[in-house]
Amino acid sequence: MPPALSVRNVVKVYPDGTRALDGVSFTVAAGETVALVGESGSGKTTLLRLFNRREEPTSGQVLVAGEDVAGIDPVALRRRLGYVPQDGGLLPHWTVAKNVETVPRLLGWEAKRRRERAAELLDLVGLAGPTFAGRYPKELSGGQRQRVAFARALAADPPIVLLDEPFGALDALTRRELHLQFAAWTAALGKAAVLVTHDLAEAFRLAARTGVLRGGQLLQIGPAEELERRPADPYVEALLDLALSRRSAHG
Amino acid sequence: MVRSIERLALLLLLGVGCAAPLAARDGIVVGSKNFEESRLLGEVFAQLIEARTGLTVERRLGLAGTQICFEALRTGAIDVYPEYTGTGLVSILGETSKGGRAAALGRVRSEFLKRFDLHWLAPLGFENSFEIAVPRELAERERLRSLTDLARIAPRLRGGFGQEFVGREDGLLGLEKTYDLHFRSLRSLQHAIKYQAAGAREIDALDVYTTDARLIEHRLVVLEDDRGFFPPYEAAALVRGATLARHPEVGSALGLLAGAFDEERMRALNLRLDQGESEAVVARDVLEALSLVAARPGAKAPSAAEGKVPERAGFFAYLLQERAALWQRTLEHLGLSGLALLLGVLVAVPFGLLLERHRRLAEPMIRLLGITQTVPSLALLAFILPWLGIGARPAIVALFIYSLFPIVRNTYSGVRDADPRAVEAALSVGMTEGQVLRQVRLPLALPIVLAGIRTAAVLTVGTATLAAFVGAGGLGEPIVTGLQLADNRRILSGALPAAALALAVDALLGALERALRPRGL
Repeated sequence: MPPALSVRNVVKVYPDGTRALDGVSFTVAAGETVALVGESGSGKTTLLRLFNRREEPTSGQVLVAGEDVAGIDPVALRRRLGYVPQDGGLLPHWTVAKNVETVPRLLGWEAKRRRERAAELLDLVGLAGPTFAGRYPKELSGGQRQRVAFARALAADPPIVLLDEPFGALDALTRRELHLQFAAWTAALGKAAVLVTHDLAEAFRLAARTGVLRGGQLLQIGPAEELERRPADPYVEALLDLALSRRSAHG
Repeated sequence: MVRSIERLALLLLLGVGCAAPLAARDGIVVGSKNFEESRLLGEVFAQLIEARTGLTVERRLGLAGTQICFEALRTGAIDVYPEYTGTGLVSILGETSKGGRAAALGRVRSEFLKRFDLHWLAPLGFENSFEIAVPRELAERERLRSLTDLARIAPRLRGGFGQEFVGREDGLLGLEKTYDLHFRSLRSLQHAIKYQAAGAREIDALDVYTTDARLIEHRLVVLEDDRGFFPPYEAAALVRGATLARHPEVGSALGLLAGAFDEERMRALNLRLDQGESEAVVARDVLEALSLVAARPGAKAPSAAEGKVPERAGFFAYLLQERAALWQRTLEHLGLSGLALLLGVLVAVPFGLLLERHRRLAEPMIRLLGITQTVPSLALLAFILPWLGIGARPAIVALFIYSLFPIVRNTYSGVRDADPRAVEAALSVGMTEGQVLRQVRLPLALPIVLAGIRTAAVLTVGTATLAAFVGAGGLGEPIVTGLQLADNRRILSGALPAAALALAVDALLGALERALRPRGL
């Protein structure tokens, strides 16, 4: 079975000469969650956007389920991948239910099946019942909106989910709560996931492996213990020190 | 929904096509300029042709100014209108006058025939020249008899002249050179207002027409043009050669008017119009008095009351009396502006969307469209006229052009600035560009697009008064006529409903905007 996702020696140079990615390679196994950590400008979001062809690599290969994405129609590809942006990215003029049904509708599911699926997923993310289904995004709290975004990403049952700082805009308490649920969802549904975050602690909590990006290079990728025991780079070490000191400060 | 709107649009478009003046091609279309004397002469022509030839006559009276009338005639939108030889010579041919009446008439006759195939029929018998008048008491105190006298004391006087007169070589510009005439101050005033200003002694000298009845009313005396500066302005029917070839009887009928008027008679007729009688009534009286049409049996003393509004009647009494006509004008007004707006929406919204796809073109295009807003309506109509003639079509096209800018601008910026996070998310979950446009950008931009349409609607309803300049009716008609007659009731009877209409349209579209605003925004 091929890995769910892989990138091989990917380089991305923007027209203005910026090297956003500079020879990055890694894979994500089926059902595995991999986190990508780095500061803004490190290239982590660009990397994520290569998978659903919102960006094209200057050189190198991007594969989804063993297939080179260059040969897949971008629109069809995106419908095969779940996607959760930082702020939810819900369409403000659509109800919660209609937002969740987005991808099934694009795929041409019939109305009854779409409705049932939306209800099922709203149930899963803890927003059960007609009260939520008929509401508009602005009538929800930030945490609720993010739950709806998760439901939308999962609606067409994609084997892979791309997450672009999905917890970034939430307050600490809501974030903690969603972390717990996220772990449960991905485990229960067996999705492969790429989670982009700037929070190393979050990465360690949610991902099987974590990659650290800086200046377009993947400095190290591995399980939390490996990064902690053998940091491959002074930057990784510094990042770890910061995260660990903060963890101890929190007791 | 969309389909039914398209169907409605198509129906309305077909409506314009039919309503446009391709209808009356076998009748005769009589035009006139938008002042009383010209309207009266147009009406006289019309009634005479009706009575003598049995042809159907369509009236396009009150077209704004020489250029619009002349273009309408040249392009065949009208068949005949009353014109003055001096105007033909100076304003249309761009020549200066040499010699007297006969020379001027001969010159315009041969040139118009050669260049435009237009015929000057035999003059009607009176001249309506430009003259300069001053209040009687001023003339007596300063012993003014001629323009040379006037030039002597002009540096102490305030001049007030018609807008047209000020800028013309055969008007003030030439007069200044010929007489070395320079006033202490100069004001450019609407024709009817000048008389009031002179009456109130706010100005000391003004341009007038020979046959103007208000010379009497406002106690003005005309100064002699002792150096023969003003060209002769003999009135005559100006007719298309093609019309005369098709219906020679029109030429014979109008020929009966040769020499039928003199200045005295014309001044008296103008006075009747000034006092509120309609041109239809006055024209019939003239033709009967000239024995050119049969007197109506039993209709002695042709009801001076008919079409005449009692001088002292209040504004509301006036509105009440005119309500049928005003209602008709209001419907025309709404029809013209509604159609123009509809066309505007059908063109401007897709165009705004197109610009969003080609953003580099957008700013220059929108700026270019913005310029249309600064073009005065008369100038715009003058540009359109050679293609579309007169009547509803040029009016609708002008209004349509005015409606484009606010709609294009709002559509473009609304769609461009639609919540970028929503757009990004929609693309990332697998919508095509087209789906993003239809399902995300447009609904999010809807309130802004509607606001643009609302602006355009108010603008269009407000500007639709321009239709009166090209004989397309609407509430501008009483305004333009009222300005000519210095009749405030008449002006208000057009201006107030037009303003109310604009407010009502604004309120209606405001409500529509709220109703259509996507929930959740």
